[in-house]
Order: sequence, then C-alpha cells, then structure tokens
Amino acid sequence: MASLPLAPATSPASRLSRAAGRGRRKTLTAYLFLTPFLVLFCVFVVAPIITGLWVSLHDWNPLLPRQPFVGLQNYIELFTPGSLTSGDFWESMRATAIFTIASVPFLLVVPFALAVLLHQKLKGGTVFRAIFFAPYVLGVAVIGVIWKFLLDPQSGTLNKVLGAMGLPDSIPWTVDVPWVWISLVGVTVWWTMGFNTVILLAGMQGIGSELYDAAAVDGAGVWRKLTGVTLPGLRPVFMFITTTSILASANMFGQSFLITAGAPGDESRTAIMYIADQGLKQSQMGAASAMSYILFACLAVISVINFRLQRERS
Amino acid sequence: MASVPLALPHRQTSRRKIGTQVALYLALVMIALVILTPLVWVLLTSFKTNFAAINDPTNPLPLPFTTDAYSTLLGSSEQPIFRWFLNSLVAATLQTVLVLVTASLGAYALARLEFVGKRIVFGCIVGTLFVPPVILLIPNYLIVQNLGWLDTIWAITVPHAAGAFGIFFLRQFFVNLPVALEEAARIDGAGEFRIFLQIVLPLSRPALATLAVLTFLANWNDFLWPLYVLLSPENLTLQPGLSILQGAYGSTYYPVIMAGAVIAAVPVLVIFTVAQRQVVESVANAGLKG
Repeated sequence: MASLPLAPATSPASRLSRAAGRGRRKTLTAYLFLTPFLVLFCVFVVAPIITGLWVSLHDWNPLLPRQPFVGLQNYIELFTPGSLTSGDFWESMRATAIFTIASVPFLLVVPFALAVLLHQKLKGGTVFRAIFFAPYVLGVAVIGVIWKFLLDPQSGTLNKVLGAMGLPDSIPWTVDVPWVWISLVGVTVWWTMGFNTVILLAGMQGIGSELYDAAAVDGAGVWRKLTGVTLPGLRPVFMFITTTSILASANMFGQSFLITAGAPGDESRTAIMYIADQGLKQSQMGAASAMSYILFACLAVISVINFRLQRERS
Repeated sequence: MASVPLALPHRQTSRRKIGTQVALYLALVMIALVILTPLVWVLLTSFKTNFAAINDPTNPLPLPFTTDAYSTLLGSSEQPIFRWFLNSLVAATLQTVLVLVTASLGAYALARLEFVGKRIVFGCIVGTLFVPPVILLIPNYLIVQNLGWLDTIWAITVPHAAGAFGIFFLRQFFVNLPVALEEAARIDGAGEFRIFLQIVLPLSRPALATLAVLTFLANWNDFLWPLYVLLSPENLTLQPGLSILQGAYGSTYYPVIMAGAVIAAVPVLVIFTVAQRQVVESVANAGLKG
C-alpha cells in the first residue's frame, strides 16, 4: 500500500474507485496465497472443533446404524456418580492431575538449575546444552520402550544394578504406587528437561549485565543476585514455561501407555489414554468427545488462573 | 558472570575461580552422564544375545557381541521394520513439504499483503494454537475415515500439516525481513508471486530450514495418532511399530526391542547433530516471544 503518492491527478471519485478496485484485487491475491493453508486449516482444525461438540451431543457409536441426538446426556453421565463412564473417567482425570502436580515443579526447578550452570559461560557450554537437549528429540515411543526395559521390576537393569550394589532389588517401578509415579515423573523430567532449560537459558542471556553490575556495586552475593535479579527478570519466561509444562503434562499419553500400561489397575491411566481408548477402540465417540471437552475446560480454567496469579505478582 | 565477590584479594579470587570452575564442570559432567548412560546402555544391549541380556544384566558390555537382534528384526515378516522405516521417512518428508508450501504461501499474505478480513483470519489461526490436540482426536478420526484415509499415508501426513504453528512461525520471520528489496521489485513491475518466490523465499532459508527440521521431527516422533489411524502391520510407522515390538517380544527378548529403539532413534539423533543450533535456538526464541 505504499505506492499512493504516484497516483496521477484524476478526479477524487475515480481515484477512490480505482483504489477500491486495487483493494479488491489485493484481497483476491492474498486469499489465493492463503487458500492451500486455509483449506487444510478448515478441514482438519476448524471443522473438527465444531464436529467434536456435535458428536459429544450424540450417542455416537460408529458400529450402530444410527447415532441418536442425546443433548447433554454424555456430559450429565460423566457428572453422575455410578454411571458407566464417570468412575473410570474421573480416575483417569485423577491420574492426570497427580502426574501434572508431581511433574511440573521438577520441570521448572531442574531446568532452572541446569540453566544457571550453563549460564556460567564455560568452555564447551554449547556441547553440554546439546547433550541436555538431546533426549527431547527422541519420540515418546523410543523413550517408553527404553524405560520399560530399564525399569522392569523383574528383569530391568535398574533393579539388577541396585541389587549388585547391595540395595533393594525388587522395587516395583512400573507396577505399584507410588513407584509408578516416581518412574513416570522421573522419565518425563529426564526426557524433556532440556526443552525448558534452553528457554530459561535464553531468558537469562536476555537480562542485561548492567543489572548484575548494579547489584554487585550494592554488595549482592551470588544468592542475592539470583533472587534479586535473575528470578524477577525471568518472570515472563517462567509464566510461559509453567503454562506449556502444565499443558504438556496434562496431555501425557505415551509414557503411561508404554511403561506402566496404566498399572496398578488403572491408577496411572491418564485422561488422554482413557479418551483415546473409549473413543477409538470402544467406539464410544460421543462420550469420549464430551470427555475431551471437559478436559479442555479444566485446562482453560487452570491456564487462566495461572495467568492471573503470575500477573498479580508482577 | 556473577560468582566473584569484589572484595577478595586478587590471588584468592583466581584460586576460588578455578575451584568454582572445577565444581561447575563436575556438575555438568555428572548430569551429562545421567542423560547419556541410559542411551548408551540401550545401544549396547541391542548387541547382546538374549541369554546375556537376561543372565548377565549388570554387565554393560555386549559379550559375546552379536547383531542377532538386528537380523531378527530385519528378517521378521510380521513386524516388517524396514517397511516401517520407509513409511516413517516418506510420511515425515511428505508432511514437511506440505507444511513448507502451505505455511510459507499463507504466511506471506499475512505478513506482507493488506486485505479484507486479515485480522479475523490471523486471529483464528493464533487462537487455535491454544487448543489442546485431544479436542481434535476423535473428530479428525471421523473426518479421516470419511475421506477413506484410514490406514493410508494421507492420514498421518495431511491432518497435522494444518496446524497453526508453521504459518505463525514463518509470519514472524517474514514480518522482520527488510521491505526495501520487495519495494524495488514492485516498482519494476514484479507480481506478488514473483516477489514471494524470488525475494522472500531465498531470504528466508534459515527459517524454512528450521521449520523443516521441526516438522520432520514432530512427524517422525508422532505416536498417539498413527497408533490409532494405521491398522495393517505393513502400513505402520516406526513409533507405533515399537509398541507392537514391545507386545511381541515382551520381557524376554529385550535386545530385539532395543534394536528397534535404536533404529527409530538414530535418524533423529543424526538430524539433531547436524541441525542442533537451529533446533535449540528456535526453542529458545519460542520462550522469548511467549
């Protein structure tokens, strides 16, 4: 839109209509550029969001000839104790909550400690940064089968190594509480800590050195600089990684699926695991869609609370 | 560098500095060992015999050394891992191409063209960045089923190419490109498509490369979606394939499962080694923008 000054001297009216024509052509060009993406976006993002709601209002079993409209019945059943799905669903929500609450603090504290170490500008720092990040590029299936093997209570390496060192060698890492939670959280932290570390490190590098110099002039030691300069400076970054970590943990699937298979009983079966199973294996698509919207609503509420809390503190 | 109190005399300072450095390196090496040991252990286990893996589980070395696990895998007709490898490669490549083409075209319009409805379109795209993927799981299964795409490569390449991340990521990059070159081309009468193709895309090579790597990794590593939309053994990709291997070889043939994990891990580790800086820095920037 920068070429207007070149317009020749014509009457205001015709200039206006020509500008409108040009605007229309520009709009057409822009949508030509956008069409390939928008087609995909509408079919696989916008339509599913609406279809999901629609399905959740039906008794949607693809194996049956009809999918009758049932209104809010799927939602009501999930909130009715003793109904077919509510017990299992809320148990899976409980598992998701336990995992999220147990993992998120470690996903913030451990990467923060690593970022502080990496921020000391040592030689070879980027090599360590790459090593810490490396597990994150592996898929959850690789992580899952690896740790299923290492943590197996009978034949797993960890118990055998503990035994060889004279320590307890029959810890039920993958089959009993609270060990399944320790395993799932430990594996997840091991797998993904590099992600938050890299983000925190970039945040630290963005804090101006003059702030540290000023603190040093005031006689601040290492600890005072950390709490007085680094942490306040990282507040927006922490806000970001808290939100993304909560969302990632609440969407956990592969670790439970492969390492514990939900054991003991269904205690470590997460919400996503239950929704995928109900919707795609048991053909209860209506109920499963309703569950995914309830999970979505919970996550939205948590995100808003988190956002408010962080903003109030600053 | 925050660790040197000012008041100490100089010699003491430097001695303390060396002490701190040694402690720091020790800590870093320890953490690196925690990360690398399990991975090395898996690699070594994949070269063990089943007998050694079970009866001498604390010995890290594969004695006797054997590639039996790999030949078992490659010779299996029920779990055709070479086929899975090819499927993963084709799917990841296809989705990467699809994302690069559609996202770069769309991002150009959002970054450089003025048009009616621009803010609404951009708002909708950004809004879906916050929609958790579980919302799309069941309806997308139905859509893919209605398209007749279940158990085909389209199911694992097209739907996830529609995500908002790519177009958002490239728009950020395009917006920050200098407009001078484009203005010059426009005065010379170049159309928008030529400007896009001959000026903007060549200038955006680093961003396109980063997006390509991230998309490839995401598709290669995807587990939940292909686990449910791929059905026949010969159509699987490596990630759901690993879950099948775990079921088939249980807790008695660990070297075979570990060999499968190695085969699935090596390509992404190679890509990461080559494109380490791009991957790490794109993640770092994500935090600064958020």
